[in-house]
Amino acid sequence: MHLFTMFLSAILINNIVLSKFLGMCPFMGVSTRLENAIGMGVAVIFVIFGASILSWCLYYFLLVPLHLEYMELICFILLIAAFVQFVEMFVKKNSPTLYKQLGIYLPLITTNCAVLYVAQDNITQGYNLIETIVNSIAVPAGFMMMLCIFACIRERLQGNDVPKAFEGNPIAFIIAAIMAVAFTSLSGLV
Amino acid sequence: MSETTRKENFFTRLLTDNPVFGLYLGICSTLAITTNINNAIGMGVAVTVVLTLSNILVSAVRDITPDDIHIPVYIVIIATLVTIVGMLMQAYTPSLYSALGAFIDLIVVNCIILGRAEAFASMNPIGPSAKDGLLMGISYTVSLIAMSLVRQILGTGILSFSNPFTNQEIFALRLIPKGFEIPMFSSQVGAFLTFACLAAAIAAYKNSLAAKEKAKTKGAK
Repeated sequence: MHLFTMFLSAILINNIVLSKFLGMCPFMGVSTRLENAIGMGVAVIFVIFGASILSWCLYYFLLVPLHLEYMELICFILLIAAFVQFVEMFVKKNSPTLYKQLGIYLPLITTNCAVLYVAQDNITQGYNLIETIVNSIAVPAGFMMMLCIFACIRERLQGNDVPKAFEGNPIAFIIAAIMAVAFTSLSGLV
Repeated sequence: MSETTRKENFFTRLLTDNPVFGLYLGICSTLAITTNINNAIGMGVAVTVVLTLSNILVSAVRDITPDDIHIPVYIVIIATLVTIVGMLMQAYTPSLYSALGAFIDLIVVNCIILGRAEAFASMNPIGPSAKDGLLMGISYTVSLIAMSLVRQILGTGILSFSNPFTNQEIFALRLIPKGFEIPMFSSQVGAFLTFACLAAAIAAYKNSLAAKEKAKTKGAK
C-alpha cells in the first residue's frame, strides 16, 4: 500500500513537470506532436529507470564504503552520460527501427534535469532498492503522461488564432499554467 | 568598438538574446526558485560564477580535449565547479542553500552552461570566453530577478531582501495592502503565468524591432 501511494503521488500530485518544474526543456521542445511525445516519454522512462538503479548501487556499494559521498554529483552525472551513450549504441546496433524513432531524443536526455534529480532524490530520501525502483518508474511515467496530454493540446492549438506575441512557447506556458491549476486540485487525493 | 555600440550590444544581448526568455534555456530553475528575490539573486550569482569559471576552464583545455569525448570532459569540469560552489554555499549561506535545495546540484544540467561551453568557449580564447560567461550569467540573473519581482510583489505583497550571510533583513516594503495580494503567484501556476507574460513581452519587443527594420528597408527603397 505504501508503495502504491508513493507511485500515485509521484504521478499525479508531485508531478515532476508541473510541481517540480523539471524536464522543462524537452517538455517544451518535443511536445508539438503526439508521436514525438510518446517517443521521448518511452526513452525517458527507460533512461531514468536504468540510471537511477545504477546510481543507487554505485552510491551504496562504492561511494559509501569508500566515504566518498561528496563525489555523488560528479559520479552520477558521469554515470548518466555514460548510460545514455551506452543505450544509444546498444539500440543503434540491435534495433535500427527503434533507433530511428528514438535516436534524436537520446542525446537530449543527458541534459534532462529530471534524470539527475530522480537519481539524487532516491538517495536524499533514503529509499531502499524496491522504493527506488518504484519511484524511478513512477516519476518518468508522470512525465510521459504530461508530455502526451500537452502534445494533444498543442496539436489542437496549431490552427488557432493566438495573439502574435504569444505565438509558440508563451502560449504553451499559459496552457501549462492552466494544467497546473487542474492538477493542484488533485493534491487531496493521497 | 566604440562605447555606444558596446552598450547597445549589451542591451540587445539582455533583451533579444536573453538566454531564458529568448532562447528558452535553463527554464527549470527559473520557474522553480523565483518565489523571492533572495533566492533569485543567490541562484543567479551561483550560476554566473559557475558559468564564468567553466567557460575559462573549457577554453583553457580546448586544444587538448579529444573531440570524441568533449561532452564528458565538459560535464566533469562543470560538475566539479558546481560541487565546489554548493559546498561554499552550504558553509557560508546555509539558509539560501536549504531554500534552493536540489536546484544547486541541478546547475550541472542547466542547458545554458553546457550550451555556452559547447557553442562559445570550446572555440574561443580564454579572455572572450570569460567575458561571454559573465555576460550570459548577468542576463540570466536579470531574468531571474525580473521573474521574482513580479512573483514576490503580487504573491506576498511585500518586497524584501535579507543578507544571505547573516539572515538579517535589510529592508521589507509592503507594496500591496494586506488581504489584496494574490497568493497564486507564489505557487506553480503563477510561475508559468509570469513566465508566459514576460516571454510574450520580449517577443512583442522583438516583433516591433523587426517591423521597424522592415519599414526602414522599405523607406530606403
